[in-house]
Amino acid sequence: MSNLLKKVNWMTLLIPIVSVILGLLCGAVIMLIIGYNPVLAYQSIIESIFLQPYYGGETIRAMIPLVLAGIAVAFAFRTGLFNIGVEGQLLVGWFASVACAICFGHLPKVILLPMSIIAGGAAGALWGFIPGILKARFKVHEVISTIMMNYIALYTTAYLIKNFLYTEGERTPTIPAAASLASTFLANLTQGSRLHWGFVVAIIAVFAMWFILWKTTKGYELRAVGFSPDASKYAGMNVSRNIMLSLTISGIFAGLGGAMEGLGTYQYMTINSAFTGIGFNGIAVALLGLNTPVGVVLSGALFAGLQTGGLTMQSDAGVPVELIQIIIALIIFFVGSGYVIKWAFGRLSRKGHK
Amino acid sequence: MSFFEVLTIIIPSTLLTAAPLIFTSLGGVFSERSGVVNIGLEGLMAVGAFTAAISTLGLEHAGLGDASPWIAIIIAAIAGGIFSLIHAVVSISFRADQTVSGVALNFLAAGLTIFLVKMIYDGKGQTPYITHNIDKISIPGLAKIPFIGPIFFQQVTYTSYLAILVSVLVWFIIFKTPFGLRLRSVGEHPAAADTLGINVSKMRYIGVALSGVFGGIGGAVYLVTITSNYNVTTIAGQGFLALAALVFGKWHPIGAMGASMFFGFAQALSITGQQIPYLDRLPSVVMLTAPYVLTLIVLTGFVGRAEAPKADGVPYIKGQR
Repeated sequence: MSNLLKKVNWMTLLIPIVSVILGLLCGAVIMLIIGYNPVLAYQSIIESIFLQPYYGGETIRAMIPLVLAGIAVAFAFRTGLFNIGVEGQLLVGWFASVACAICFGHLPKVILLPMSIIAGGAAGALWGFIPGILKARFKVHEVISTIMMNYIALYTTAYLIKNFLYTEGERTPTIPAAASLASTFLANLTQGSRLHWGFVVAIIAVFAMWFILWKTTKGYELRAVGFSPDASKYAGMNVSRNIMLSLTISGIFAGLGGAMEGLGTYQYMTINSAFTGIGFNGIAVALLGLNTPVGVVLSGALFAGLQTGGLTMQSDAGVPVELIQIIIALIIFFVGSGYVIKWAFGRLSRKGHK
Repeated sequence: MSFFEVLTIIIPSTLLTAAPLIFTSLGGVFSERSGVVNIGLEGLMAVGAFTAAISTLGLEHAGLGDASPWIAIIIAAIAGGIFSLIHAVVSISFRADQTVSGVALNFLAAGLTIFLVKMIYDGKGQTPYITHNIDKISIPGLAKIPFIGPIFFQQVTYTSYLAILVSVLVWFIIFKTPFGLRLRSVGEHPAAADTLGINVSKMRYIGVALSGVFGGIGGAVYLVTITSNYNVTTIAGQGFLALAALVFGKWHPIGAMGASMFFGFAQALSITGQQIPYLDRLPSVVMLTAPYVLTLIVLTGFVGRAEAPKADGVPYIKGQR
């Protein structure tokens, strides 16, 4: 029995690792076909994010919303729900935090900063609660409803900015310093990157996911519903309420991700004509991280590093930065096809025994 | 402005914006009726639009003139069909989560098309504009009919009417032919279909490939009638709107066509609303979000229940109960 467990764990770890390797290999093949030097390209990514403090700082900065988005997706996944709506929840969180910071700009930092962060989380919670209640009460599939909610968020936030918080440059005014997460200390440490205190929030969120799901009774219920709604119902758990709760908490994480962009990275919100992509990347982060807190941090670091280093790759090796997006897509395909990877390895190891 | 004039603005504009949505949502009908959820419609449209852009430019260069965009649509259909096979292989043969695969397909399409644009046009993020679009025309004869002519047959494109005809054809194929019955059976109860000797995987591959073909056409039509060049923002949400139309139309070809028309109408109003008395006071956000809000309301069952095919989204594994 213990042997079996070991084998399963090893296998589950194998899939993301093999997927990343295959994804990077495919990226290299694409570069070779078109006539770029893949070694130079990957080298420039690694060198920039590990040796240049600016790019290192930017990588951690990019990780903050990415990890929060990944936590949001992973949390819902654990309850058997696919939250594609992280993108929308992130946008409303972004907007609410910036709006709160501007409207209550006269308050001191000790009150305003936590209040603005909470406003972002609360807006995300609302945006997650709606698909939650639609699923629990009306059996509306969350994949469809969260996609709809994304677009409602996109157009609504753009409308609200345009009509109530507009300033030159198609954006809101800059938030008051009392609501800002930015830090000259961190910026100086990383030679002027936009690294901000939001990473503390991300760390707390990662810890919160672990604590809620694995250390509380409610978390046990949430995971039980994810494993088998019917069995949970039979055991006396309220499945509908757990679905609503899960998507609401997921929305909080996503909303916080948006707040980090608003209060930390940008200090304002632009009128978005298209999505930020962070929410969709969060799906990739969660999948590759096997929906575990530690896994989300690791895969978040990988994707943030690839995206930040991708810019140096473009300037140094001349490879368009879109290659990174192609590699991420391929990694998701490979992780998703875990069944085949397992099967192939099963075949190989069986041959080894003969 | 008279009510009649208002109609002559809104109806042609509706027909124009609805056509790409109709084609793409019909693609969704094929895929989801066969039991494969296709979140990747957005990506398929992107591939279609990109292919249409570069093929039209190529064909123009070769001197084919006005025929170029039409041939480009056919090439885009093929490209979409081939691209959708990735989704088919991963979600049918490799049994990946279909939503995951669809999300990845969108990623891949967005990345790959812009990557290729940069390759082909020396690092520029967008293609040049095509010169031979499919233009808005007055349909000879029909446009002369009093009252109806100016509303329905002036300032329209042939693609809009083609889309409506094709949706009737798709309805016929899905509900009146043996092929359609088989397609629906593997989407409702694959095990039963398998017992009767229907090749479930093959039918699902065909369903997904057809969604690629139609998604490709949808993207191509959007490009040659509306945007005329391809860049990152060309396909921004059109595919998801088509997905909403598919659900709003209750997975029925005619329903999907009607829903696309309605969404096209909402988009037309949000664009042309400023010229129309009374409507200019309504915030455009109401029109922009209307398709999505209404889809949510339809899904809650207040306006008749929308039921997805029974086995939609469930990988079929032989021998499993």
